[in-house]
Amino acid sequence: MTTANATAAGGDTPVFYLKEEHAHPEGSSTMLGFWIYLMSDCLIFAVLFAIYGVLGASYAAGPAPKDLFDLQLVAVNTAMLLFSSLTFGFAMLAMLKNDIRGTLVWLGVTGLFGLAFLGIELYEFAHLIHVGATPQRSAFLSSFFTLVGTHGLHVAFGILWLLTLMTQVRRHGLIEANKRRLMCLSMFWHFLDVIWIGVFTFVYLLGVLR
Amino acid sequence: MSAQNSSAPAAHSDAGHDHHGATGHLHISMRDYLIGFVLSVILTAIPFWLVMGDVLESKQLTAFVIMAFAMVQIVVHIVYFLHMTSSAEEGWSFMALIFTLIIIVIALAGSLWVMHHLNTNTMPFHDMQKMQQLP
Repeated sequence: MTTANATAAGGDTPVFYLKEEHAHPEGSSTMLGFWIYLMSDCLIFAVLFAIYGVLGASYAAGPAPKDLFDLQLVAVNTAMLLFSSLTFGFAMLAMLKNDIRGTLVWLGVTGLFGLAFLGIELYEFAHLIHVGATPQRSAFLSSFFTLVGTHGLHVAFGILWLLTLMTQVRRHGLIEANKRRLMCLSMFWHFLDVIWIGVFTFVYLLGVLR
Repeated sequence: MSAQNSSAPAAHSDAGHDHHGATGHLHISMRDYLIGFVLSVILTAIPFWLVMGDVLESKQLTAFVIMAFAMVQIVVHIVYFLHMTSSAEEGWSFMALIFTLIIIVIALAGSLWVMHHLNTNTMPFHDMQKMQQLP
């Protein structure tokens, strides 16, 4: 695309210049950049999963997953996150039709599902701490709280981001910049659901199975 | 997915920069989201049912099956929700994904393998008796 031409302009020293520097429209590389951020975030979770894999069986004579986890609660939590992924999809479809009202409604529903997820997770954490299964109790609980807590923190910031974008869309409409931001958040939100698949499988289901 | 992808590949490299902003590349449909959602529900419900109902006798088999379901569901999410194709962003996001997967496999397999050996081979408690008899 970009060709460097060397011309001997008036003397021996060649002058290099770019023959045609095509214009990059604003935000044309945002999606790739955000994808690379997501991949690096994925590495953070991979490391936390590895830590949980190594320490997950070190109970220090404390409670084991079987004593602590309520799979019905986890199933409800999983459903909340899955529903929120679907409703975010509806928000994106409304966005493509330039339907501001539909976008806002579906984003709101997504936020409510996200809040429900966070609420249930906080309730579970509070219950665990109440029965004495604190992060300080054993290496298993330290790694559990770190892994699941980091995911929950991501969801919390996702909701904050979602509320910010709802305000942006309400104020400025579905302008190109807002569409780009919504697409980034959509990737972030679906990515969190992907991480949750790993969490409910490796932490909860395999933990109870052990 | 769309007619745009089936057009001549030679034209694509030029057209890539003519799209307005980021939304130009987006090919999402209600169908994709619904297929992804239904598949995810099935792929989530079966593992929970297997563990909560104690369906299979062998724990190892159950563990293997639910891990397989998780892998399939991750692929379903990446394809139907994240709309990842090998041609998105001219292949760069797919490259980043493959690179990340390789790093994850190395980090996970390496950690588990090394730490498992450390745990089983250097734990002092097995040979406490023998160690006391040492001169």
